Amino acid sequence: MKFNKFILGGMLILAAVIYLIASSTQASAEYFMTVDELKEDGANAYGKSLRLSGAVIGNTIQYDPQTLTLTFEIAHVTGDNKEIEAMGGLAEALYQAVNDPSRQRVTIVYVGPKPDLLRNEAQAIVTGKLDENGVFQAEELLLKCPTRYEEAVPEQASEN
Amino acid sequence: MFAEFGYGVLLVSFIVTVYSGIAAVYGAMNKSASLVESARRAQLLTFPLITISALALIYLLVNNHFEVAFVYEVTSRSMPTYLKVTAWWGGQAGSLVFWSWLLAVFTSAVTLRKWDRDIEFLPWVIVVSSITLAFFLGMVVFYENPFTRFWLSNGNVVPGMFPPSAAATIFTPQDGQGLNPLLRHPGMIIHPPMLYLGFVSYVIPYAFAMAALITGRTDDRWTRITRRWSLWAWLFLSFGLVLGGRWAYDVLGWGGYWGWDPVEIAAFMPWLTGTAFLHSVMIQEKRGMLKHWNMILIILTYALVIFGTFLTRSGVLSSVHAFANSPIGPFFMGFVSLSLIASVALLIKRWPELRSETEMKSMLSREALFLLNNLLFMSILVVCFWGVIFPLISELFTGQKVTVGPPFYERATGPLFAGLLFLMAIAPLSAWGHSTVKTLGRALWKSFAAASIVTVVLIATYTQNVYAVIGFFLIALVLFATLHEFWRGARARQKAQGENFFSALANLMGRNRRRYGGYIIHISMALMAIGILGIEIFQKETQGTLSSGEELNIAGYTVQYRELASWDDRGAGVNYTRAIVDVYENGIYLGQLTPRIDYYFDSQQNMTIPGQRSTFKDDLYILLVDWQPVSTIGATFKIYVNPLVNWLWIGSILFLFGVIFAAWPENDPADEPARRKVTRDNRQASAAD
Repeated sequence: MKFNKFILGGMLILAAVIYLIASSTQASAEYFMTVDELKEDGANAYGKSLRLSGAVIGNTIQYDPQTLTLTFEIAHVTGDNKEIEAMGGLAEALYQAVNDPSRQRVTIVYVGPKPDLLRNEAQAIVTGKLDENGVFQAEELLLKCPTRYEEAVPEQASEN
Repeated sequence: MFAEFGYGVLLVSFIVTVYSGIAAVYGAMNKSASLVESARRAQLLTFPLITISALALIYLLVNNHFEVAFVYEVTSRSMPTYLKVTAWWGGQAGSLVFWSWLLAVFTSAVTLRKWDRDIEFLPWVIVVSSITLAFFLGMVVFYENPFTRFWLSNGNVVPGMFPPSAAATIFTPQDGQGLNPLLRHPGMIIHPPMLYLGFVSYVIPYAFAMAALITGRTDDRWTRITRRWSLWAWLFLSFGLVLGGRWAYDVLGWGGYWGWDPVEIAAFMPWLTGTAFLHSVMIQEKRGMLKHWNMILIILTYALVIFGTFLTRSGVLSSVHAFANSPIGPFFMGFVSLSLIASVALLIKRWPELRSETEMKSMLSREALFLLNNLLFMSILVVCFWGVIFPLISELFTGQKVTVGPPFYERATGPLFAGLLFLMAIAPLSAWGHSTVKTLGRALWKSFAAASIVTVVLIATYTQNVYAVIGFFLIALVLFATLHEFWRGARARQKAQGENFFSALANLMGRNRRRYGGYIIHISMALMAIGILGIEIFQKETQGTLSSGEELNIAGYTVQYRELASWDDRGAGVNYTRAIVDVYENGIYLGQLTPRIDYYFDSQQNMTIPGQRSTFKDDLYILLVDWQPVSTIGATFKIYVNPLVNWLWIGSILFLFGVIFAAWPENDPADEPARRKVTRDNRQASAAD
């Protein structure tokens, strides 16, 4: 009898936690996509909460300090780590993406301060929604500049 | 020369560690005291060995030996010496050495303790810590060697410990890349060591737990010996987390302190199990219950510590997929899995011997509420873990990678944290063994009434936001109930001993350090919760581009732009751009703030330092976002007002005090017989009623 009381209490807590996790997951799920996947998805992608990653193309970065509007393009980078590994690492994959004009690109618009890490060949992970004009309206902007061991090999030219 | 020397010593310490583990196993199996003693000495030897190797690394760092790849990666000529030293833990290879060194410090300290009463634990504690140390040293020696150098071979620069070909010569770059400027902040200099201290200290209680399982000495001896260890471990881990938050707030320039990033969660998860352990271990000591549970918690904490060490230092981490990118990732996952399997197998073997001595009877008894507290901590852990692995799961089942962001964590953990606050208010008032709604109500009603009054006032004057109201009510309840406990205890002692109130309070606290230290920690948690609610719910922001004399208004503040200056400091390798703004509140001049942007030439990176004005009421947090280089007339600002956030930092200082108070050595309580404590505590609790 007493034992059951605790089992019941435990079950209630368990149910509550499962509910919390399930409902919160549903409410805040963001679909991870690459630029290619986004283009493929077409009209389906409009309005969905998305998390898009790609390589920042340096010469497309525009910033209007009056309105704090940041605009730039990102190029497709594969989401598959094995492929990235095969290309010689993330930094190399980003480099290839930026310098390959045949890659699909998406324009990102973000309103806010210009992040310090935004530069050519950075990996951008943007959270937001695609609007009807095919422009990605980002609410959050995350940047990674990979500095990996392989690239840590200095340029030979720096030798005296 | 120093590189070969450092590497050689590292290699020797790896061999010594492996020997120590093997000798300890054989010694324990064959009951050979001399072999165990030999293992113990080998264990002690690892500390000076790793220290020497670390000193060699520091020598290389400080003296600009850029031919060493690690030195090249994390230092540059323009960095001051102290930063070159702290660059030791600024990269993966170095921080693994640092981790190993800390572990050697702790295991040496442990092996030097008086072992007479627990001599059967000794070999197994050595085994567990040796295996852990050998794993980390092995990673360093074979995969992440900080002494790797650059070689010029056939016109190519290649990294390697030894010359790749006979003709190869050492290649020395002119200057290093320099430590990421974001990491050159005082908070970031002490944040990793604190976190690591916390991580590493948890190896010791785990080692004792495993020793208890292996030897079959399954009483609460192991928890008594390691009680203070786990308290210090918890202190360091907690403080490491807080420092990380403060660093983010001061340096990252997004007006926040915590972003539910996988790396942060990786450090947070062992804290959750560690905190649960801290509470449930008390139940084992006082009531002889939850023995299985404590084992599970310490095993989990250990596994999460190893996992966290790896995750926080694996470099690129945009998703959980990233750890496949690191060459040492699979080894870490393998080590975590193996230690989990071995620990759980041991636990299952000893399962019947760990049965509870008492049965849990009342739902409102102290032990039941502690158990509930543990369940809530575990639930938060499950939420965090789910959030981190969700992309993997969804990809596995739907083929689509779906991720969850901060809103997920906030929504799912919010009610759980609220539950913890509520427990924090009521659990200290409940009695061991048996409590009813009536007894609990009698102890709580005054605090409940006081908290209700505060809440009504808040609703009338400050906020009608439902989450904030619930949060503030719970916080007020914790504060009143806990302060009331101090009051009641001191009053009871005052009457019994005829002391004046303050010496009664001081004596009461001094004699029950753990209990009152715990209460101080609860108060500090409530204060931190005020800060968290403030910034999470009431944060305001505005932004705009101003020319000189123009102003922005936000939440009663007026920020007026004065001027901007930009200059180079060639010696430090930094360009500073600093704006000066005047700040008014409701028309009254408060002073100037100087938000700035530092540009580091060596790493070509900006660092945005906010201008902050901090009060108990709120923080004014001004970021210089952009400026016009030509005219220096216009500058763009982003301004946050973060209400109450200061209480987060005030609370964390009080927290530090509370833990030190609780952990401060008194006459060794480990030597007191277990159950006498219970009766003494009961008497005091009833005296306090």
